[in-house]
Amino acid sequence: MNEFAMIFRNDFHPEAKYSPDEMQEIMKQWQAWMGGMAAKGQLANSGTRLGGDGKTVKPSAVVTNGPYAEIKEIITGVIVVKAGNIDAAAEIAKGCPILNFGGNVEVRDIIPMGAN
Amino acid sequence: MQEKELIPYLYRTEFRKITAVLCRLFGIEHITIAEDIVGDTFLLAAETWGLKGIPANPAAWLYVVAKNKARDFLKRNTIFNEKVSPEVQYSAGESHEIEVDLSPTNINDSQLQMMFAICYPGIPPESQIGLSLRILCSFSIDEIADAFLTNKETINKRLYRAKEKLKQDKVKIEMPSGSEISDRIETVLTTLYLLFNEGYYSASRNTVLTKDLCLEAMRLTHMLTENKNTDKPEVNALLALMCFHASRFEARIDKNGELILYEDQDISLWNKELIKQGECYLNRAAKGDLISRYHLEAAIAYWHTAERDSPEKWEKVLSLYNRLLMVEYSPIAALNRTYALAKVYGNKAAIIEAEKLGLDHSHLYHILLGELYATVDTQKAIRHFTAASKLTKTSADRNVIRKKIDKLKK
Repeated sequence: MNEFAMIFRNDFHPEAKYSPDEMQEIMKQWQAWMGGMAAKGQLANSGTRLGGDGKTVKPSAVVTNGPYAEIKEIITGVIVVKAGNIDAAAEIAKGCPILNFGGNVEVRDIIPMGAN
Repeated sequence: MQEKELIPYLYRTEFRKITAVLCRLFGIEHITIAEDIVGDTFLLAAETWGLKGIPANPAAWLYVVAKNKARDFLKRNTIFNEKVSPEVQYSAGESHEIEVDLSPTNINDSQLQMMFAICYPGIPPESQIGLSLRILCSFSIDEIADAFLTNKETINKRLYRAKEKLKQDKVKIEMPSGSEISDRIETVLTTLYLLFNEGYYSASRNTVLTKDLCLEAMRLTHMLTENKNTDKPEVNALLALMCFHASRFEARIDKNGELILYEDQDISLWNKELIKQGECYLNRAAKGDLISRYHLEAAIAYWHTAERDSPEKWEKVLSLYNRLLMVEYSPIAALNRTYALAKVYGNKAAIIEAEKLGLDHSHLYHILLGELYATVDTQKAIRHFTAASKLTKTSADRNVIRKKIDKLKK
């Protein structure tokens, strides 16, 4: 088994607000997907969710607000999964609820610590 | 109470108290001596009381005798140490009136400190449980052997090795400091959780003994909630979980000691008082930001005390299992999640998920698939139940499985 990172991206609409019921439905879908992976022993690290607040630090100590100066998408979270190969990992990503809400999943291989 | 009943009763309640105080007084290297002194005290009580009758205050009698024996040991031990190690001779001039404090406060403190000392990550969990049963719960070696379905020699060896390790690593009998408690309490809670489960899921036929194991685990967890330093949300969550499970004691075992499955239990036998207590501890657990596995497991157990099979119940249970699995994977949680999934989305959807769990070696996996296929494909259901029967180790399980197969064949 190898480990792969899943990076979740979605459009950045700070003005878009979900109703509490919709939020609950979204959370439920995420929990179901993550719980399903965990039950199959595929979840290596349930990672972290990212909020909308951000700053980007550039050379010469230039700090700008937000990670999203020119882009419309932001990273909303990262997890690590276990799969035989990257295709199997991509197959798992097809079940991700973010796909129902206009987002996408980037699947990346992970370079083990200590490797060159 | 007659002497015949009184001594075992006092042994259960007083052995652990005196032993904890003496262990703390003597230090971790002399656990066995503390046990022996208290054991000798009870032996003397049995002899003396048989001849002269029961004293007016039997517990006080035990305390006085144990105190004297402890003082004798300390005096002898000091003389011995002074002879071999001259550096302690400085203290030789001081008076050796040693205080053996058997006040309720010191008993309580000593027991809590011993709990932290015994739940030491350097010794394996089964040794932590064994030592807890001996030192914190007054279990005899025979009883521990019975609970673990093994023999006295195995338990004696296990406890001996554990005590040697505690001695080697110079584990201190003390309350961890405020910042340390959060880390150390995790090990303590794991041990108490396993101690409870050992009783609740034990294959031992001795139902009185296994119930005692659960009650002792609850008593020790309750002790932690009584102390302001250890009264943490996760401790209350664990106690809530134990209360909810324990509420089914009377309903889950029949007259012959056979297990009655949850869905076949007589609800009127569920202990309402324990359910109420569980709810109270679960409320007390709802503080702070941390959601431990005990919070999630207690919440699941709470839903199982509610009336059966409402759609809301199974949606909540499924969501809780999803979260529990994210915190910590376990095969049992994966199987239970799939069962909850079947209750919410139907057996066919659950079968697809179940067959991806990769737990073919577990009899519980095949029982689950047998249940799920029962209404979908009888032949497959029977095949899974048969596989489960071959994998299980206990005859009680095999009986339950056989009944299920017979039902399908009708």
